Amino acid sequence: MIKSFVDKKLTFRDMDPDVSLKAAADMSSAEIIETVSASSLRGRGGAGFPTGAKWKFCSRAEGDQKYVVCNADEGEPGTFKDRVILTRFPHLVFAGMSIAARAVGATRGLLYLRGEYTYLREGLMAALQKRRDDGLLGDEIMGVDGFEFDIEIRMGSGAYVCGEETALIESLEGHRGEPRNRPPFTADTGMNAMPSVVNNVETFAWAAAIMEKGPEWFRVVGTDQSTGFKLFSVSGDIDRPGVYELPLGITVQELLAAVGGENAKAAVIGGASGRVVSQAEFNRKVCYEDVPTGGAVIVFGPGRDMLDVAENFLEFMCEESCGQCTPCRLGNTKLLECVRMLQEGTCSAAYLREIVELGESIHLASKCGLGQSSGNIFLSIVENFREEIMGRALGAVEPATLRS
Amino acid sequence: MAEKITIDHGVVRAPTSMRRSRPEIEKDAAHPVTVTIDGLETEVPYGTPILDAARMQGIKIPTLCFHEDLCIAGVCRICLVEVTGHSILHAACAYPITEPIEILTNTPRVRRARRHMVDLILSEHVGECYSCWRNSNCELQNLAWEYGVRSYKFGHSSEPRTEVDRSAFSVSREMDKCVLCRRCIRTCIDLQEVGVLEAVGRGHETKIGTFMDKPLGNVVCINCGQCINRCPTGALRARDPGDDIWDAIDDPKKHVVIQTAPSPRAGMGECFGLEPGTPVTDKLNTALKRCGFDKVFDTNFTADLTIIEEGTELILRLYKALVEGDEAVALPQFTSCSPGWVKYLEHFYPGMIPNLSSAKSPQQMFGTLIKTFYAEREGIDPENIVSVALMPCTAKKYECNRPEMCDSGYKDVDYGMTTRELARMIHQAGIDLPAMPDTEFDDPFGGATGSGVIFGATGGVMESALRCVIELVTGKTVENFYDHADIIPVRGMEGLRLVEIPITEVGPVPDIIKHLVPNWDWLLGAKLRVGVAHGTANAHKVMEDIKAGGPFSECHFIEFMACPGGCLGGGGQPIPTSPEIRKKRAEAIYAEDRGCEVRKSHENPAVTKIYGEFLTDGPCGEKSHHLLHTHYVARGKYID
Repeated sequence: MIKSFVDKKLTFRDMDPDVSLKAAADMSSAEIIETVSASSLRGRGGAGFPTGAKWKFCSRAEGDQKYVVCNADEGEPGTFKDRVILTRFPHLVFAGMSIAARAVGATRGLLYLRGEYTYLREGLMAALQKRRDDGLLGDEIMGVDGFEFDIEIRMGSGAYVCGEETALIESLEGHRGEPRNRPPFTADTGMNAMPSVVNNVETFAWAAAIMEKGPEWFRVVGTDQSTGFKLFSVSGDIDRPGVYELPLGITVQELLAAVGGENAKAAVIGGASGRVVSQAEFNRKVCYEDVPTGGAVIVFGPGRDMLDVAENFLEFMCEESCGQCTPCRLGNTKLLECVRMLQEGTCSAAYLREIVELGESIHLASKCGLGQSSGNIFLSIVENFREEIMGRALGAVEPATLRS
Repeated sequence: MAEKITIDHGVVRAPTSMRRSRPEIEKDAAHPVTVTIDGLETEVPYGTPILDAARMQGIKIPTLCFHEDLCIAGVCRICLVEVTGHSILHAACAYPITEPIEILTNTPRVRRARRHMVDLILSEHVGECYSCWRNSNCELQNLAWEYGVRSYKFGHSSEPRTEVDRSAFSVSREMDKCVLCRRCIRTCIDLQEVGVLEAVGRGHETKIGTFMDKPLGNVVCINCGQCINRCPTGALRARDPGDDIWDAIDDPKKHVVIQTAPSPRAGMGECFGLEPGTPVTDKLNTALKRCGFDKVFDTNFTADLTIIEEGTELILRLYKALVEGDEAVALPQFTSCSPGWVKYLEHFYPGMIPNLSSAKSPQQMFGTLIKTFYAEREGIDPENIVSVALMPCTAKKYECNRPEMCDSGYKDVDYGMTTRELARMIHQAGIDLPAMPDTEFDDPFGGATGSGVIFGATGGVMESALRCVIELVTGKTVENFYDHADIIPVRGMEGLRLVEIPITEVGPVPDIIKHLVPNWDWLLGAKLRVGVAHGTANAHKVMEDIKAGGPFSECHFIEFMACPGGCLGGGGQPIPTSPEIRKKRAEAIYAEDRGCEVRKSHENPAVTKIYGEFLTDGPCGEKSHHLLHTHYVARGKYID
């Protein structure tokens, strides 16, 4: 078991998954969807799609076999909150999946577990078995006629892109993990071309919590468009790295204060597909309408070289792109080459301009969300730290003096 | 007379069965959607991709990974367009219109992003155009021109990075030129259901690979070359024997003969700027003579011979099974003239090799006869004969190199040459093909029958066989049953066809096979069931149907062609290919058939002559068995 600092105030501690499931079992599909919609819960994986709407699309879609898929392929660099949820609150997640199944009319559930989390598998299997024994999975769940649902665990194999929902489905089906074209969308043409709901681990847990406490309870915190609490995985140059539960809409400044990172130079919010926020933007809000995140916050202290940061994330992207579409597969290698040129002081301002335009094209042209956001860190570093990175060319700042 | 049985047949377009993972929204004409494209308002069926909708409006959106024969990939991201209100651009090929939207295909964002895609691809596309075999017929080259590439924004390398895989007789791979459009994968997996090629590796290390990265000569590749026809660049090509053939022509000691198959004659014009479907048979004969070939023969002669041999074999099988009650006889009999299909069967259904007709393909029959019958007759040492076969096919290169194809005592056919390769030879020789006068084929084989010609189209072998069988069995001309002897039910482009022909009358047994069957009474009242499949994906369906005891298992004779459309869609035919182009080539072939004086194989005077003078013990006799029949190898799927 990996030990990590976990905020003592996690709401999930106080939840009773059985109460959540019972509440859902007593409701109709439409009532469940209405409740989740009323909470304005949005996808906790980072994309922030309204959960109620997703369930509604899937419930309306026609198909002989619907699926509820839990995305536990927590592969975003700097994210580890799903691991904590899966370790400590598996029943809440499974209850959430069962609730979703009742809402959309699914009878099969699949949990796609990150390859590196194989050690969690046994515990999760035991939790599933217990639920079967307790009548919380299987036929006639909680004695409700027609409420039938079970969950299988399927293992990922360490590809970052398989966290993208359609690549995840490809992988579940036994194919190479590559994102699909959309439309059609997963809600009507997902797993085995059947209507499917794919949600993040945390989303299911919150959905269960909402069923217990009601949508109003959830909406009390957060902003208009980003309601509720969110779990954050905070790491980097801070005093107290760990998992935190904080309200959406919190400013970067406040977040840094909570984790002991007040003197940060920059923070990457949203992992490899997120963006870099500089000091000048620390008053911005972490929420879907401003700086969105799936929960990863990586903090960089004053001694960090932002070109190293860009290089590191781009190396990751070059390796983890599925290799399918041109902009993501080749574009990121050009961005990485540019970073290396910047490091050597051989990149002209004109070429940098060209590369920034290319970065914008990568965003516009890529096939999936991961590709579309793959250049964001580089672009935001160029935008916010232009002087620092172009300094090498002028000889004004020696990289050595930047590295502490 | 014949009854076409409606079956749940496959389509020529790639099935998504192996890729249910790539679901596409189906078009629904009953629900039109209003869209605006570049300011033009129009109505399209629900689910129409933006690309199609734009084309209907005369707006050309550039593409690279899109191919009409293949399922949608949406990976090259060249066909980007803007949809008003959407923050990102969409690939026009992969975006079905399901709601009223406004589409812009020519905005600064779109142009810049498309240009970036071209620049990125060029940065990894190694080599220069003038040393590439696809020079002047390359989709990437066209894009670079359209997008005004004057310099390589993100670099370009001419230093080779990977070794060219020349291990196979038919297809070679030069991965430095690969743009990862994945057309070859979709061709191999979806269109042909062979599955030799797949993307391997991830990120910038992604490449097209074979199983365990084995050379192409050592995997279950059937050499159909369909991947070559669909590759937008020069990454895939056939092994070109052009230089060796020039050497032979230039060697005064060598007697160089060429046989030409019907499909190249229907396609060759495309390499000289003519419309698809323009037959150039007699012009081509002149061009070949001017190139320096000593003799030009018509493969159709041995196509006719194939019909006689294969037809006799079928009759013998039926007689043994139905009259003698021999349960060991393998039925249905499968055609064996498509070497891609033969290798497919050897790899994937080796247990059904007994069903395969032992008759050689027309190319190989001709090869044997040239170095035996022809050499003898003309008094030429077979050692000095160089026998070239002009074929629409890349698998023919493999076929002529099969070790068993030496029944003449020499290599029966020295070179299999594709339509494209010969076109280049003609260009090199400075010959303007469309301007050539007509020349007839050389004797002693002469011109052939319409039956030989239609071998080039899917269903053609079956139609030829039926023209022959119907006449031999009923003693009446086939025109009594079918207008103009056109047996329409076996024609067409549906992937699978199943036809039933009741035999309601019989005549006397013709002399040529009288020694084999005493009378036809046993066929009276029977129903001859025949099937046709083209493209190995459809062959796969038929084989599975037979294994499951479905309708095809009750067939007597099934024609299989490895390539979609039959030989006219062969892997050696001019690039590009599309359903439309193949349809036009088929029209050319049927037109040539209609123009033929003799249209039935058994009426070919040269065929009668060869049985009279050379193969004197008749069809399926000992001599023909030695020279015109072959055997097969149970290869299986597991390769060392």
